[in-house]
Amino acid sequence: MIHSLFLISNAGDLFLEKHWKSVISRSVCDYFFEAREKAVEPDNVPPVIRTPHHYLINIYREKIFFKLMFLFSKLGVCFIVDVLYRMCADYFGECSETTIKDNVVIVYELLEEMLDNGFPLATESNILKELIRPPTILRSMVNTITGSSNVGETLPTGQLSTIPWRRAGVKYTNNEAYFDVVEEIDAILDKSGTTVFAEIQGVIDACVKLSGMPDLTLSFMNPRLLDDVSFHPCVRYKRWESERVIAFIPPDGNFQLMSYHISAQNLVAIPVYVKQNISFFETGSSGRLDITVGPKQTMGKTLECLVVTVHMPKVVLSANLSATQGTYNYDPVTKILVWDIGKLNPQKLPNLKGSLSLQSGAPKPEENPSLNIDLKIQQLAISGLKVNRLDVYGEKYKPFKGVKYVTKAGKFQVRT
Amino acid sequence: MLGMSANSVSYNEQGSVESGVDAAQENSSIPGSISSGGAASSLFSADYKKNEDLKEMLESNKESLKLEAMKRIVGLIAKGKNASELFPAVVKNVASKNIELKKLVYVYLVRYAEEQQDLALLSISTFQRALKDPNQLIRASALRVLSSIRVPIIVPIMMLAIKEAATDLSPYVRKTAAHAIQKLYSLDPDQKEHLIEVIEKLLKDKSTLVAGSVVMAFEEVCPDRIDLIHKNYRKLCNLLVDVEEWGQVVIIHMLTRYARTQFVSPWREDAVFDENSAKAFYDSEEERRVDQSKPYIMDPDHRLLLRNTKPLLQSRNTAVVMAVSQLYWHLAPKHELSIITKSLVRLLRSHREVQYIVLQNIATMSIQRKGMFEPFMKSFYVRSTDATHIKTLKLEILTNLANEANISTILREFQTYVKSQDKAFAAATIQAIGCCATNISEVTDTCLNGLVLLLSNRDETVVAESVVVIKKLLQTQPSQHSDIIKHMAKLFDNITVPMARASILWLMGEYCEHVPKIAPDVLRKMAKTFTDEEDIVKLQIVNLAAKLYLTNSKQTKLLTQYILNLGKYDQNYDIRDRTRFIRQLIVPNEKSGALSKYARRILMAPKPAPVLQSAFKDRDRFQLGTLSHTLNSQASGYLELSDWPAVAPDQSVRNVEVKETGAPALSKSKHAKSNEKFYSDSEEEDGEEEEGSNSEDSSSSSSEESVSESESEENSDDSNKSSSSQSEKSSSESDSEKKKTLKNKKPQQQKLDSKDRKQKNGNAVKVESRSESESGSESSSSESSSESGSELDSDSDSGTDQKKNTKPKPVQSKPVIKKVEKKEVSLLDLDDFSPVPVTTPKSSILSPNLLSDLQGLLISPTASALQASSPVFVPETSHELLHRMTGKGLSAQYRFTRQPCIYGNSMVSLQLTLSNSTDQALENIHISEKSSTGQNIHRFNAIERLEPQASVTVSMGVDFNDSTQAANFQLCTKEDEFSVSIQPAVGELLLPITMSEADFTKEQGKLVGMNESSATITMTPENVSSQSVNRKVVSVANLGVIPSGQENIYRFSGKTVSSGSLVLVSVVLKDPDAVITINTEKTVMGSMLLRQVKTALTNSGP
Repeated sequence: MIHSLFLISNAGDLFLEKHWKSVISRSVCDYFFEAREKAVEPDNVPPVIRTPHHYLINIYREKIFFKLMFLFSKLGVCFIVDVLYRMCADYFGECSETTIKDNVVIVYELLEEMLDNGFPLATESNILKELIRPPTILRSMVNTITGSSNVGETLPTGQLSTIPWRRAGVKYTNNEAYFDVVEEIDAILDKSGTTVFAEIQGVIDACVKLSGMPDLTLSFMNPRLLDDVSFHPCVRYKRWESERVIAFIPPDGNFQLMSYHISAQNLVAIPVYVKQNISFFETGSSGRLDITVGPKQTMGKTLECLVVTVHMPKVVLSANLSATQGTYNYDPVTKILVWDIGKLNPQKLPNLKGSLSLQSGAPKPEENPSLNIDLKIQQLAISGLKVNRLDVYGEKYKPFKGVKYVTKAGKFQVRT
Repeated sequence: MLGMSANSVSYNEQGSVESGVDAAQENSSIPGSISSGGAASSLFSADYKKNEDLKEMLESNKESLKLEAMKRIVGLIAKGKNASELFPAVVKNVASKNIELKKLVYVYLVRYAEEQQDLALLSISTFQRALKDPNQLIRASALRVLSSIRVPIIVPIMMLAIKEAATDLSPYVRKTAAHAIQKLYSLDPDQKEHLIEVIEKLLKDKSTLVAGSVVMAFEEVCPDRIDLIHKNYRKLCNLLVDVEEWGQVVIIHMLTRYARTQFVSPWREDAVFDENSAKAFYDSEEERRVDQSKPYIMDPDHRLLLRNTKPLLQSRNTAVVMAVSQLYWHLAPKHELSIITKSLVRLLRSHREVQYIVLQNIATMSIQRKGMFEPFMKSFYVRSTDATHIKTLKLEILTNLANEANISTILREFQTYVKSQDKAFAAATIQAIGCCATNISEVTDTCLNGLVLLLSNRDETVVAESVVVIKKLLQTQPSQHSDIIKHMAKLFDNITVPMARASILWLMGEYCEHVPKIAPDVLRKMAKTFTDEEDIVKLQIVNLAAKLYLTNSKQTKLLTQYILNLGKYDQNYDIRDRTRFIRQLIVPNEKSGALSKYARRILMAPKPAPVLQSAFKDRDRFQLGTLSHTLNSQASGYLELSDWPAVAPDQSVRNVEVKETGAPALSKSKHAKSNEKFYSDSEEEDGEEEEGSNSEDSSSSSSEESVSESESEENSDDSNKSSSSQSEKSSSESDSEKKKTLKNKKPQQQKLDSKDRKQKNGNAVKVESRSESESGSESSSSESSSESGSELDSDSDSGTDQKKNTKPKPVQSKPVIKKVEKKEVSLLDLDDFSPVPVTTPKSSILSPNLLSDLQGLLISPTASALQASSPVFVPETSHELLHRMTGKGLSAQYRFTRQPCIYGNSMVSLQLTLSNSTDQALENIHISEKSSTGQNIHRFNAIERLEPQASVTVSMGVDFNDSTQAANFQLCTKEDEFSVSIQPAVGELLLPITMSEADFTKEQGKLVGMNESSATITMTPENVSSQSVNRKVVSVANLGVIPSGQENIYRFSGKTVSSGSLVLVSVVLKDPDAVITINTEKTVMGSMLLRQVKTALTNSGP
């Protein structure tokens, strides 16, 4: 399966390699560098590159290319893409070139544990954390003094148990369970503000710190809203099918309980409207920009963290704008205009206005750039989903429970 | 940097020359990278140490120093530096007590053992000792390392270790053994036979931990030994839910291959399915039997696989979802496929790499099964931030999904894409428009006109691509398009892209008879510039000259001669060749012989039009989700899916024999397995077809189940204790079950008459496998025993009691013959979590204003104030037009599609679904010519033949003249005539338009007085939200929603279909009241609409 792994930074620096079978020369990466050069944006590098003896899979995350080489590929490519992603997301929280370089030994040990002969062995982060304990400042201090190690001495109990995601003997003095319902609106609005396409993607993130082996049941006020769901392996699928409740023995700590999808069939409330006018003049190599943002269907909540991002055409050299609220920044290299508005005040709508100067002589751009909008609404799940109650079975104590709702903009785009 | 240079020097001194060079190269290629490696260690040691120091550290007595050294060495390995000369120093530490140190040494060994085989042998005895360690973790890791060190001499030792580990008590060690099998096989393929023995043994393993790994080993070592799977097939199916994710993927892929060799195809043309039991009730069973020579019966094992994989579609792991999807694609009956759609669409939210793979697979699927993804069309809309390869794939899918009903929406979407800054993508969009135009003949002209408009685009690539596509389109439509050709000739001077120039020239030549005046002139111009053109253009100039010479030699003889002379001395041999050939062909001389007589027929022969087809057309020869599919070529190690066998191989091979004497032992081992299972839902969905009759049972028992389950959960304080007690309980239970089934089987088999034997066998098998899986689920998640009891009873009844046995029979065989595909799931399990996706209205309606849509392709920013828009909401409900009883078996339903009608601007488009519920084909279904009322009706084309149980959807248009008067007409078949009438709701006589808020107020101001009607209502509280107001109004009437700046005012606008008068609706909320105002010239319609909106908003409920 997976033969080797190379990590390459955005600058083209190969800073980690790991081979699960015999060693493959790193010259194989030349194929990748070639492709990388051809594609202007790192996003556009083809995910699969074929070389005479190997197939290269490129995964681009956080400015690092994860690159895999493998000879035999009986299974889908999805497979490999997934393992790697799981690794960086779960284990380090933040996964950047620096963190990997700083923890190179731990990453290497992890990779060793995760795959055997290129086949995934343990990818559950709970198990990995028991096998190799994550580094903390405190622990590294203690280790230096006492000479103890980061490596677990026994087989993690989860590995063998029927519930691989939970370790045995969890103990807390304060038993707490928190759930975050996070919804993201994916939408495309057209010029006139009409919704071309809109849907809601939601996840429920949980932070469960409960002692023993609690068995939780989470129920919703309106489970019918959920159109398509996918669960953490701990959720009993059958209970969901028959009763529409989520019954599970939770992993310890943070995990994503479920993700769901509310389809475009329902009408999706769009919390914001944008009035925009971007035009480029035929002569004089300049253009005008005028954007106003206002609240639409916000259910009485305030819009926060409002950011408008515009990918300007290549010919735009600079922008001379004035914002009534927030700050704007135009990066002439990446051609990205970011207008950070912050909190939206419905009484005084924020406006960004001014002129753009274009490269002289170049023809005016044909398409107006589309706007990407980022926003956040606290204490609201835009779909109307509500958690009804959480019951704990199997343990005697009364845990502290909490649910938080957040709505964010996902891929929210306004065409102009 | 100092450290680095010192490093390379020391390499040169100590190591072999070769390794020194290596290291030097390595270092120079990654400047400065050593500094970060030392970062961790720099905490402890101020200056960088050479490898010499590392050696010293390793040889010291202090554990911490050793550990430190090993960490740095592993850091070196991770960066790809050579640390092989440290091997002797490192290998000494292999027996260290410190587990972390040991692990690091293992890492080092695995990396370098292959290069230093002799030294590596020193460590072997340590591993052999560790293999006997009481700690399973140590046993397992010893085996892992031993099998990873790739030293051929130790093959016998490895073999021995694997055999031993395969019988280890710890499943974790057995799992490691399964991994070791693959490693040994790649090291020494001669061991295959011995390894297969081990695989066979491990395949019987009941642990979920082992299953995935051993199947992986099976796939690597002996994928062709399908016979090893037979006995384990059912076990694997049942365990599947509990296997860890990666194992699931492997097993699913293996089972897909297995099933393709063992079961007959569920897709046979003649085997039509009918799950719709309502229909089956009316028709006598005997008749059905007669026309169906041999009904298809799905092997229960085949069904088992499909049923057990279905819940995995909900997995969070994209690989698992993909694997299940491909399994369904390759194995499931076509009508069950739709359940994978939603899950696949869900994966699109994932990272771009996953998106890429999933989109590729969807592209392949969408070619064969458009309907699957059509409701989710909008999920494939392109965002400007997508990567180019994602964009093109989405485009591909949209093109595949295009049909008459949605083409207007898709083209409108495409029109946005054409303007994209990403020029490669814009060009691909034009190709896609071309594809749509050829596939859907109704829009060909519209697309063509749109493309012609694009010719005046400023961007060269766009123009070039349009020319190429237009050329292809004109070729498919050899009718009169001379004006387009003329237009292109005019543009010719401005186009510089060679491919486009060549295409225009070719068109000129091909249709030179249509443009007799222009073609010679173009040739004249080309003669002047011939030498400066690209090769591809030159070739076409020669072609054009030759064709003109043949059709119009008077004007072009000299020109042709001139061009041929130029071509003769061209630098490119292709052009010289072509010139020579053409000259011989067209210019008659004594040498030319027979061919030149036919020159005209050769050059001017009608050419077949190019087929514009998807690049994914033939990708389905590869298994979906595999690398080979992604690359569209066979990757090494790809295992081909075989075709379905014509006759199913013996299905009894999968039976696991149950010996009467061996029963206790066997059941005991089953508990071991069932303990490990946690949430095995092996008997989910009783609503499947075989158990259609059981659905009642299961629903009633599910409530019981929930009760007992929660009980058991409450009192299970200590899960270990309870599970052990449960397993005891279930051991007795399953014993009794076992006996029951055995008893049941006997009488059953005696009573079977030979004709039905095969089918019955299947049933018997079913009972058995059921009891097995139930015992598992009972003991694990303690599902109610009452349920399984009743379940089992109902099954065993059918075996023991002869009377009852005959009764359920028709029920069981009925569902097998199904015809109406869609209804199947919805009828039986409404609550099923993944129903057939709601098919969004498919109207086979094209809008007449497509042209105006496409005109937007031209870059003109002037947007009219009133824009027709697509409907916000299309109701799913259809209305009865003709009942089956009155229609003598012909039933008809109609639905308002809310799309602009293609047949006439003033018509309302309707979609008619005709179904034949008789058992004979109905012929010549049409609408009679004479229409009783004055309405203008556009009839659908007569349907020549409607097969029994088939249904067909057609579209028609009716001009209601903006009144709700019913349209009456005759629906005729060959024999009969039925009077039918369509009564439109007032809301359906509208078309949505969008306008700005300001325009709305302006228009509203014009329509006051008599033209305004309003009412005040009290809103029910649940209607107050903006969503529900919008939803209610648009569901009543086909209106467009106007984005509103104020929160409590909702505005909607539309126009009447026939006269195009504006209809403006506004709803103003004044808690708790609401004022509805309707402004329109059509006062009658206004008041009717008001009434309907009022009722809609005052009614509660959805």
